[in-house]
Parts: sequence; structure tokens; C-alpha cells
Amino acid sequence: MVHWSAEEKQLIASVWGKVSVEECGAEALARLLIVYPWTQRFFDNFGNLSSPTAIVGNPKVRAHGKKVLTSFGEAIKNLENLKATYSKLSELHCDKLHVDPENFRLLGDILIIVLAAHFGKDFTPSCQATWQKLVGVVAHALAHKYH
Amino acid sequence: MVLSGNDKTNVKGIFAKIGGHADDYGAETLERMFVTYPQTKTYFPHFDMAKGSAQIKAHGKKVAAALVEAVNHIDDIAGALSKLSDLHAQKLRVDPVNFKLLGQCFLVVVATHNPAALTPEVHASLDKFLCAVGSVLTAKYR
Repeated sequence: MVHWSAEEKQLIASVWGKVSVEECGAEALARLLIVYPWTQRFFDNFGNLSSPTAIVGNPKVRAHGKKVLTSFGEAIKNLENLKATYSKLSELHCDKLHVDPENFRLLGDILIIVLAAHFGKDFTPSCQATWQKLVGVVAHALAHKYH
Repeated sequence: MVLSGNDKTNVKGIFAKIGGHADDYGAETLERMFVTYPQTKTYFPHFDMAKGSAQIKAHGKKVAAALVEAVNHIDDIAGALSKLSDLHAQKLRVDPVNFKLLGQCFLVVVATHNPAALTPEVHASLDKFLCAVGSVLTAKYR
């Protein structure tokens, strides 16, 4: 079980409280598809992903980004119980979506960059460390039911 | 992985924006890396890790200088960093995974200081460049 200190919980809550899930989610997913183009393999039915401009403006990317980050919000509400919270989602990603868990780590790293750009100096080293820990734990929970 | 013409333009552009702050970026990158990925401190057991440490500042300056050198010779990063590559292979032997961690922290520093300049396209190019540098530095490991 992962342990979260009071300071870490505070850093997570204070950042999350100021995040627009829709904007942040859309940007994180768009950047994932742009920076690591092989991740586009999961989104054949998303329409035009032919250029960074197309990806950023793609409504399906925006909608899916929002969905993904909304789910991330659930993780934040259930820090003490992540594996259970993500159990069904983990099975889905393995059995139906066939997503290599490495992609969760890539998205996590991208999310950190998006937060850094959004918060600037307020995204202190401790903040980064806490959030890097969080995205790692979320990725791990999402991979937990893989077989 | 090959750097396109656009990638090279993007990387030169962002480093031009960083300008004289490269040393500070280097130090901040290391500071963030040591805090976020404590295992990276194992390569610096002799370092004072306190905030503002002179050793971290000096080492950050070295790291930044190497990145700038790579940018200035972006058509031949392997040539520009050949001696550094030898050093890492023969003496330092930093495990290859750590270059990714350093790269992530450098991106974070650039993002916190230049959010508008780090567009998705520039982000992609810079990430590729940092991967290329890491590849060069570990190329002679075995």
C-alpha cells in the first residue's frame, strides 16, 4: 500500500483544486499524441490526427482527454484504495483496449509537463516529486489487473 | 529516431529563449531530479544536496554547457559529445534509464519558465533532442 504524507496530500489537493479538468485533459492527451506519435495507434477512429494543429483541434481528442483526466480525479479521491478503484478500468485496458502499460507512464510524464507549464514557479520541486509519485502509482494501479 | 529540420529549428529556438539562463536551468534540473527521483543521488554521494548547493550549481552549469554544445552542433551531436560519451562509458557509467529522468526534469524546468514557448511541437522536438543526447552518451556502453 502506498503511503501519502499530509504534505503530499496537501500538494495534490492544492494543485488539483486549480486545474480545469477539461482543458488540462485535452492538452495532455493532445501532447501525448504529438510528442509520442506511436500512441496514435489506439485512436484510429478519432478522425484527423495528421498534424499537431489537427490533433489539438480534434474534438474527439478533447473529449477523450477530459474523460481520462476525470477518471484521474477519481484516483485523487481514493488515494488509499487505488488498486480497487481502478480494478475494472485495468481489466478494460488489458482485455478490451489492449494498451501497453508503458503508455500510462508516458501520459503521466506529459501531464506533469502540462501542470508545470500551467503553474510555473508554483510547481515547486516538492510539488513535481509528489505528482510524479502520483502518476506513477496511478499507472501501476491501471496495470495491476493485466495478465 | 532522427531530428528533422523542424526539430532542429525548434530546439535552437527554445535554447535561444533560454539564453543566458542555461546555467540556472541546469542547476534547477538537477535539483528537481534529486528530489523527484532520489535514486539519482546515488551517483553523487559526495555532493552537498542542500538547496543552493555550490556543487549542484557547478554541476548544473556543466550539464547545461553540454546541452548547449549539442544544440550548437545539432547536425553532429555524436561528434560534439564524443568525449563526454567516452567519459560516461568508461568512468561514470550512469545507468541509461537516468538520462530519461534528467530529460523529464529539464522539460519541466523549461515548462515552468517558458510555458508559452513550449508549444506541443517544440515539446516534441525538445523531447526528441534530449533522447538523442541520452543515446549519444550511452552509445559506447557496450
